Amino acid sequence: MNRIILTLVASMMAIPAAMPSARGHAFLDHATPAVGSAVPQSPPVVTLWFTQDLEPAFSNVTVTNDAGERVDLGNAQIPAGSPAELRIGLKALPPGTYTVIWHVVSVDTHPTQGTFTFDVGGG
Amino acid sequence: MNRNRWGAGALAPAFLFAATSGALAHGFAGDRFFPATILTDDPFVADEMSLPTFTRSPNAADGSQEYHLDVDLAKRLTPDFGIVIGRGWTYHQSPGMPAVTGFDALHTAAQYQLFIDGPHEMLGLLGLNVTWAHTGRVQALAAPDFTTLSPTFDFGKGFGDLPRSLPYLRPFAITGNLGFDFPTKTESAGTPNPDNFNYGFAFEYSLPYLQCCVKDIGLRPPFNQLIPLVEVAFSTPMNRTFAGATTTGTVQPGIIWSGPYFQIAAEAILPVTHATGHGLGGLIQFHIYLDDLFPRSFGRPVSEWLQ
Repeated sequence: MNRIILTLVASMMAIPAAMPSARGHAFLDHATPAVGSAVPQSPPVVTLWFTQDLEPAFSNVTVTNDAGERVDLGNAQIPAGSPAELRIGLKALPPGTYTVIWHVVSVDTHPTQGTFTFDVGGG
Repeated sequence: MNRNRWGAGALAPAFLFAATSGALAHGFAGDRFFPATILTDDPFVADEMSLPTFTRSPNAADGSQEYHLDVDLAKRLTPDFGIVIGRGWTYHQSPGMPAVTGFDALHTAAQYQLFIDGPHEMLGLLGLNVTWAHTGRVQALAAPDFTTLSPTFDFGKGFGDLPRSLPYLRPFAITGNLGFDFPTKTESAGTPNPDNFNYGFAFEYSLPYLQCCVKDIGLRPPFNQLIPLVEVAFSTPMNRTFAGATTTGTVQPGIIWSGPYFQIAAEAILPVTHATGHGLGGLIQFHIYLDDLFPRSFGRPVSEWLQ
């Protein structure tokens, strides 16, 4: 029985390597400013890096202040040559807490979304 | 979006359709991703396959040992309606007796997604599970000689909507099942088949959620894809009780690693009543996301295959 168990476990470990390359859902890998962080001064842009390439036409990000007002420049873009990156410019931000809201669709049509905050000037 | 605008018009209908209906497999509710749990039925319809789940059960009261190898396939027929089919194989070793092997009963399920509440990270699903008579080794492995109908309500709730003053509680989530077993035969070989009340829960702490939506604490792969959890499940007979018919249940602490197109889970199995067994068991599961592997074909609901 132990031999059977070892064979099964080894087979399970080998399956991922034998699978075709797939893309799947795009999850947020990291961001600048970092999720939940505090930065001393207003950042010029918010940049998000995802685990999969994005479909530009259906991926967007906005940034709002505590009052729910847009503080981004409305110029969300996926830079050429970096298809898993999404960035948007910001207005000059006074000290406070800001919310980043993103909705993206991976190139395999899977939608995901997320929300996080960061503080400027210690919040 | 400034890049590749040229293709947006042509792609728009296909992507809009995919992004609003067929691609919403997995357990997503708003910002929350719910992984497929092992003991607790998932509160979402999906295109997924467990291939396989390998279980070493705790020893039975008489000292016998069992190993199980299970395969399950979940498939959406429409975006909100899905089916599940599963089969298991058992190795049974009683003390001083030759080992017995064979198939367990075939089980199926029909599931309807009642609701998905994104802002509150809530999911609800109605299901009807069926375990079919005479589809396993009845004599040797005690597979049932009767069909059992099991209506269930499955739910999930993420706590991302807690106040931001409680940041490290927001990655918590719970999923649960409430259901009944109704055997279609009241007695088998002189032993009553009681109706049962089944209840179980999975308590999860999502490190992916912590990283994406609360605070980046610097975790990187594979640690930012881990979801520690504890699952509990109990079954209590409601009628036709007899000597030895009592509540059975297990507690299963473990961990899930969720990747882009599959997840791997491992759990310990701790029996919580004498009737459940004694000692420590364990399981490991390899679980495939078919919607990620085949996003434009088999991974879509059947109703969308020809669209």
